[in-house]
Amino acid sequence: MDLRITSTDATSAERAVVDRLVANGPGAAEDGPGTTTVRQGHRVVRGGPHRAKERRHLLLPALHALQSEIGWVSPGGLGHISEALSVPPAEAYGVATFYHLIATDERPSAVAHLCDDIACRNSGATGLIEEVAERLGADRRTAWATSPCLGRCEDPTSVFIQRAGAADTHLSGTDVDTVIGALDDPSIVNKQVSAPLPQGIGSPDLKLLRRVGVADPTSLDDYRRHGGYASLREAIRLGPAGVIREVTDSGLLGRGGAAFPTGVKWSAVAGQPARHRYLVANADESEPGTFKDRVVMEHDPFALVEAMTVAGFAVGAETGYLYIRGEYPLATARLSAAIDAARHRGLLGADVMGAGFSFDIELRRGAGAYICGEETALFNSIEGFRGEPRNKPPYPTTQGLFGQPTAVNNVETLINVLDIVTGGAEAFAAVGIGTSAGTRLFCVSGSVTAPGLYEYPFGITLGELLAAAGGVRDGRDLRAVLLGGAAGSFVGPDALDLPLTFQATRDAGVSLGSGVVMVFDDRSDMTDITNRIARFFREESCGQCVPCRVGTVRQAEVLTILSQPEAGRPEGDHSGKGRSADEAVNLLDDLALVMADASICGLGHTASGAIRSALALGLIGVDR
Amino acid sequence: MNATPVAAPRRQVTATIDGQTVRVSEGATILDACRSKGIDTPTLCYLENLTPVNVCRVCVVEVEGSRTLVPACSRPLEADMVVNTDTERVRHSRKLVFELLGSSTDLSLVSEDTKAWMDTYGARPDRFGATAEKVDEPFRQQDDLYVRDYDKCILCYRCVEACGTDAQNTFAIAVSGRGFEARISTEWDAVLPDSACVYCGNCVGVCPTGALMFTSEYERREAGTWNPAEQTITETICSYCGVGCAVNLHVQEGEIVKVTSPLDNDITNGHLCVKGRFGWTFVHNK
Repeated sequence: MDLRITSTDATSAERAVVDRLVANGPGAAEDGPGTTTVRQGHRVVRGGPHRAKERRHLLLPALHALQSEIGWVSPGGLGHISEALSVPPAEAYGVATFYHLIATDERPSAVAHLCDDIACRNSGATGLIEEVAERLGADRRTAWATSPCLGRCEDPTSVFIQRAGAADTHLSGTDVDTVIGALDDPSIVNKQVSAPLPQGIGSPDLKLLRRVGVADPTSLDDYRRHGGYASLREAIRLGPAGVIREVTDSGLLGRGGAAFPTGVKWSAVAGQPARHRYLVANADESEPGTFKDRVVMEHDPFALVEAMTVAGFAVGAETGYLYIRGEYPLATARLSAAIDAARHRGLLGADVMGAGFSFDIELRRGAGAYICGEETALFNSIEGFRGEPRNKPPYPTTQGLFGQPTAVNNVETLINVLDIVTGGAEAFAAVGIGTSAGTRLFCVSGSVTAPGLYEYPFGITLGELLAAAGGVRDGRDLRAVLLGGAAGSFVGPDALDLPLTFQATRDAGVSLGSGVVMVFDDRSDMTDITNRIARFFREESCGQCVPCRVGTVRQAEVLTILSQPEAGRPEGDHSGKGRSADEAVNLLDDLALVMADASICGLGHTASGAIRSALALGLIGVDR
Repeated sequence: MNATPVAAPRRQVTATIDGQTVRVSEGATILDACRSKGIDTPTLCYLENLTPVNVCRVCVVEVEGSRTLVPACSRPLEADMVVNTDTERVRHSRKLVFELLGSSTDLSLVSEDTKAWMDTYGARPDRFGATAEKVDEPFRQQDDLYVRDYDKCILCYRCVEACGTDAQNTFAIAVSGRGFEARISTEWDAVLPDSACVYCGNCVGVCPTGALMFTSEYERREAGTWNPAEQTITETICSYCGVGCAVNLHVQEGEIVKVTSPLDNDITNGHLCVKGRFGWTFVHNK
């Protein structure tokens, strides 16, 4: 590839960071000898057996490396990445500017990302943000930014401190002094997180969460003492086809939101006549209100490592990619350590458990983009392209990561496999109701007495779940519950008898999605909450297709207008009159239909669901 | 000049579009099949000489059994597919796509075909009101050959494709930013002469909205002397090298005002290099 590198003034520090990653980073071993580099002025041509495309997947890790060591991606730094990886600078810039957590302007070495999303703003986040803004003043304006949901909704307000040259950290339930303290003192790292399990740590009711808070998440031995790696041993005994049979018979449906049968997905991948197959664990948990995967990864990281190994064995993948949210520093650290420990003990690598099969895990960090939770956008992100979803078909099972057959599963889905393999499909299917087999993790947040992560068999009603969480906090009245996150929909107090199963929620026209159960009481400002959801989609749209790129903007605009008293509304067209509420609602309906029908991916398809349900339930005061 | 393709015979696929039975070679898209039956379909991001990216969504059609509408430009026709191109849902989505684009960008220079489609579907971009946010970018004139007016850009990706692997392999431009703030850009928005741009003009050649324009056209438009009705097209062969690219000279009042190449030409596929595209001023030397 003939490249023109325009910015060649990388500092020696920037060069060192990038060169170290390229030399030692993931996939470095593939770069064999024989690569020829020809330089002519600003032009660089790299040839030989290992050409550009084999290194492009290092683009996001390289951007991360500069960001976390230098504090931003400078023109010189990006130029050096482009040269080292043979990526055109314009494309590298396009990728860098796609992500919230990659800065292309110089900024302070510590930046506070303050969650102002729905769960946190329902608990006073905007107050904290105002205090931080005031204390830091105009001089330090670039030391903080508002953030979409940070996945710690059980303990608002949530803050993510991103640092250069020091570890990132999260802060929860915090105040302005703690935020500023963490900005000023890079040694402050929040390592002591208790597991938010209101049902009680180690409670016999818990299956998926039974080790959370019980087993030491940093010790492989402790994981094994608590039953770890029994599943992989049994999987090896069953063989790949046996594992897929058990998973299929168990009736396990995907927990990421789409509820696709896991066994069907795996057998489709395993049956592809391809040289390479991949497994991808989707840990890019970004749906507002969702924090289940984070809790599992922070407190039981080996379970995910083992489950990925079982899955890779079953589908015939030698490499599993674990794509984790960039805002999950503790989970990332613990998983990274868990992968190393497993590799060290021969539980990952060329001969797993001495059973003659090869499987290893590559950990990839996202960089702040909700859309990268969409499976094909996630593939593009790993491959070093902008996280824009691909059109389907082709589906990942035939053409996924690097164009190869790929099984992509949510974290919660994967850890369910462990018990299916050890306990058998029948025992698994005996829990839950009908097509909703097993237990479900519920992320309960908002105006409840005991927010946190709950695990119950499918079939518990919404009312029972809320009662388990201590009911509406401070004895207030229930206003609404958001099921499934921003991509889900609101239900009213009349839905308390709704059984939480895939079938019953679908019949009711709602969705369990990623297990979000966010509660709002009679003090919650639902107009504000609904407008924040509209802004979320506007800001998280990748911008690729017209219905979503412009539709989410128009939706947010119309909703803002609708939220104002009629007298204050700008004119709707050139007729000179103020826009009527009916007119505005018609526009929202039109936008909802085009986004649901014609967008490329699920972001656009679901971008209007919560807003329309809020209107239907009368949660927004519309002045007609 | 048409080459004879030598390849294994392709299987035929039979399906139904708007009640008519269609039979096309396997791999042909729904759009190909529609066109073979004379079923007209609007397109914006699609161009015959580029890989379909299906981002504008104006060509969507309804396929029985599919939850969402599907883009005709990229989806291969499958056996026994039942496709409808003129249902309520299709008309709604096409209309809305035009309205969303029209409310956010300046569509004044789109083709007459596109304007006719907007009329057909009754698109009224102004119903989103005067306060609807628009793309607001500075006008870019950084050299003698092109101008870039991104207020007219609908992000169809055609220029990025032409600059990349579909034609030029120069990669001077890409999409940067995200969502409504996504823009076609060089790295750091560097001015074109400092970028990797080689001035082949293929990006301008494929732009459907006039966001990218040859300076020769732009200056005449500004002066009010751009007059396509008066222009003649002279087909000739580029005189620079031995490749023999077909060039069309657009001539107005005895002066060359623009150079293009036919999309269906086997040598160029509609693309040229800087010499064929711009190396014609000597013609006017006296």
